[in-house]
Amino acid sequence: MSNLKTITVTVNGKHYTRDVEPRLLLSDFIRHHLGLTGTHVGCEHGVCGTCTVLFDGESVRSCLMFAVQSDGHEVTTVESLGDIDNLHPLQEAFMEAHAVQCGFCTSGFLMSLIPFLEENPDPTEEEIRDALAGNLCRCTGYQHIVDAVKLAAENMAVQS
Amino acid sequence: MKPAAFDYYAPSTTEEALAYLDQFGYDAKPLAGGQSLIPTMNFRLAQPSVLVDLNPIVDLSYIRPHEDGGLLLGAMTRASQVERDPLVAERAPLVHETMPSIAHPQIRNRSTMGGTMAHADPAAELPAVAIALNAQFRIRGQAGDRWVSVDEFFLGMFMTVIEPSELLVEVRLPPMPPRSGWCFREIARRHGDYALVGVAAMVTLDGGNQCDQARLVFLSVEDRPVPARRAAEMLQGQTPTAEAIQAAAETAATEDIDPGSDIHASASYRRQLAKVLARQALTQAFARARGVA
Ligand SMILES: Cc1cc2nc3c(=O)[nH]c(=O)nc-3n(C[C@H](O)[C@H](O)[C@H](O)COP(=O)(O)OP(=O)(O)OC[C@H]3O[C@@H](n4cnc5c(N)ncnc54)[C@H](O)[C@@H]3O)c2cc1C
Repeated sequence: MSNLKTITVTVNGKHYTRDVEPRLLLSDFIRHHLGLTGTHVGCEHGVCGTCTVLFDGESVRSCLMFAVQSDGHEVTTVESLGDIDNLHPLQEAFMEAHAVQCGFCTSGFLMSLIPFLEENPDPTEEEIRDALAGNLCRCTGYQHIVDAVKLAAENMAVQS
Repeated sequence: MKPAAFDYYAPSTTEEALAYLDQFGYDAKPLAGGQSLIPTMNFRLAQPSVLVDLNPIVDLSYIRPHEDGGLLLGAMTRASQVERDPLVAERAPLVHETMPSIAHPQIRNRSTMGGTMAHADPAAELPAVAIALNAQFRIRGQAGDRWVSVDEFFLGMFMTVIEPSELLVEVRLPPMPPRSGWCFREIARRHGDYALVGVAAMVTLDGGNQCDQARLVFLSVEDRPVPARRAAEMLQGQTPTAEAIQAAAETAATEDIDPGSDIHASASYRRQLAKVLARQALTQAFARARGVA
């Protein structure tokens, strides 16, 4: 490819320098170039929310950005939250409240909720439902997801 | 790869961006929030061969008070910034009230004031709000700036007066006269989705509590936002009683708009929604103008 661009991106605190085509989506860069497959890809037009990551700390659709646009910026993916032995309280709550069925949408929900809970540590059910509106779960387990957010907010309040 | 290949430029000044647009003409597209442009590129409905990314132009992102009491919004100001800004809440409460209806937080973190106006989606909220507020647009080309009033800005579906070699750089919202009231209402299948019908209302009362001016603008009913002119005329000089509001809402829904049918809603359902939303929005706007809501 003639028009490769060299970019340096910080993903989950680690610096990566890569050559990319301008048309490479951030979502595909994260999955295929960095091998971070926790970020899922669904509709690729911004509707489903499964590719949600944090860009400079704010939730965004990674399918609606180009990797070149992340040059010099910070990206945070679901891999930053925790691992199987040491889950993030939000992940714990999702498990406990049965908010995960097939799991495809889960990482998008988690990454939308991380900044939401930081800004709203004690959210009402209405606020939670509003915050979840940009993520689709086709197993339709929304009630459990709402329960999980409430549980996470409680647990995180106790911990802090 | 989903989008077709393109050359990418990321200028840090508006002047540089305009030079690229001038050089590449119709083949080039400015990239703002990308929340409308990138989906269409992912489906290859749009295949620009050059993208000029406006995101590094920090000078285009601002919310400033105008000395006349209004506001100046830079084209690259994100929707989420507008949503949270206290000055917007104070000086343009109609905009503040509308923001949460636009898409979802993840989209609003990227999408921009300039992008939503330039995109001119007939289902978008802010173009209708801009008409209700009598906004003005500063459009920049290499030869200089020109101001365009909102009544001339939208030409049709996804079409505005911006030339391919130009950029929208600023949106100006005039001050709200005293004794004004506002309201935004829409119906969507799911909060955050594009509305089946929406309406923005701005009204001003005179000293005798009669309607001095009313602006009522619909979205999602035609190929561009539609001001309900006859309904506005009916209200002018009238005491805004429940009956007067109901009559104006009926005129708005039957005479001022000509909605079409699509997979989302039939034309007659859209008229019904328009009538109900117009009544609700006008009622609330007049109550706010009287200071009782
Ligand atoms: C899932 C989803 C739901 C959405 N729901 C809504 C909704 O309910 N209501 C709504 O209003 N919008 C909605 N949007 C659209 C979103 O608000 C768009 O981002 C917005 O309309 C376009 O703004 P942008 O900054 O992303 O522009 P871009 O997508 O970057 O650009 C759009 C067009 O405008 C041109 N352009 C951009 N900036 C300029 C400029 N300064 N000068 C000249 N031309 C320019 C571009 O070249 C392009 O043709 C939704 C989007 C998604 C993905």
